[in-house]
Amino acid sequence: MKKRYFVGRMKMADVVAANHTLILAMPRFGISLGFGERSVQEICEQYGLPVDFVLLIFNVYTFDDYLPDGDDLERTDFSPLVPYLEASHRYYLQERLPHIERHLLHVAGSAGERYGRVLKSFFEDYRKEVVEHFESEEREVFPYLQRLRRGEQVERPVSEHFADNHSDLVDKLGDLTQILYKYIPGDNFAEELNELVFAIMQLSADLEKHAVIEEKILLPYIMQLERGRDEA
Amino acid sequence: MKPKVQVLVAEPSDMIREGLKALLDEDEFVFQAPLRELPVDLPQRISRQQPDVFILNPTLLNTPSRMQLVSIQQARVNMAVVALVYQYIDPSVLQQFRTVLDVREKGSKVAQLLRESCQAEVDDDESYELSERETEVLVLLAKGGSSKEIADKLNISVHTVNTHRKNITRKTGIKSVAGLAVYAMLHNLVVG
Repeated sequence: MKKRYFVGRMKMADVVAANHTLILAMPRFGISLGFGERSVQEICEQYGLPVDFVLLIFNVYTFDDYLPDGDDLERTDFSPLVPYLEASHRYYLQERLPHIERHLLHVAGSAGERYGRVLKSFFEDYRKEVVEHFESEEREVFPYLQRLRRGEQVERPVSEHFADNHSDLVDKLGDLTQILYKYIPGDNFAEELNELVFAIMQLSADLEKHAVIEEKILLPYIMQLERGRDEA
Repeated sequence: MKPKVQVLVAEPSDMIREGLKALLDEDEFVFQAPLRELPVDLPQRISRQQPDVFILNPTLLNTPSRMQLVSIQQARVNMAVVALVYQYIDPSVLQQFRTVLDVREKGSKVAQLLRESCQAEVDDDESYELSERETEVLVLLAKGGSSKEIADKLNISVHTVNTHRKNITRKTGIKSVAGLAVYAMLHNLVVG
């Protein structure tokens, strides 16, 4: 079954051709474009990254049915996991949301006062929620993971953001796109509206995969470390 | 004669499973082979066996439960997934179920609850216009009311409020309360 997933000897360029959204994940690993004919394995060695971990992320991003099993988790070097997730957060907060905001302000400015105000306030609330979600993960979940990795006897922090809270972040983006193309009369600025809707959809798809990474990799890995701690 | 309701139960306790079965009229409810735990091929089994109701003890789910519940629901979209509860379960998990069946529920009510959960499926009407009642619920939601508060105000059950809410989401495509509030404002249903 696993044959069709990405493996280390594939050319990086072929992997990206198979799923172009992986290009967005490269900077989070610190990988630059210009792969030449090198394989995923070779590129990972060049950047000092554990290839199993990079493949895990690529596979989750690409194959909806991909689910790492216990052995995969056991085998993989997870040292880049937290830096990867933090880089993803930075990308969403510092690049994607400001990008969407620019388009949204444009649309809000063209759509008339009433629509503009509603859109801006929805987006502001959304941004606050995202920031709070990420901050809570970075404040509680990631440090907890790092301490577990060092073999410390720590208790799991009580946090509402520990697990299952991504659906709302994704749902709200979906709602925003629905509102934009169904209820905003955009005859005079159709192009801007389209740009905005596409930018939001792209972020939404990315956040969905981000949620899968946290739910299918981060959490099982934490649970695995916790079992190790409890047996120690 | 009415078609029988096909019931699939996933529950580790023999006593609970057998008790549940004993409470229900076998002329109306047919029990499929029970599950003591969730097999890996659960979605495939569901698409094969086509149960109308899936009564599931939420403690059998992985953490986090959302992805797993989504794949269960996708295996049979019209199936009512009912939580069978006898201990504390996080409300965020329970709200992903269509109905919650508490073991402390009166025996005489169980059949009715299951019947309702099947019928509470999205109404058949194909229209995308909100009904008067749905609009009322939407406005109260947009103003920040909880399902419980709305139920009290309109004198209907929480279950019915949630059914209205599902229909509102199906018709508008909007899931979050914040999104519904925007919808209500843009349609002049509330003052923004």
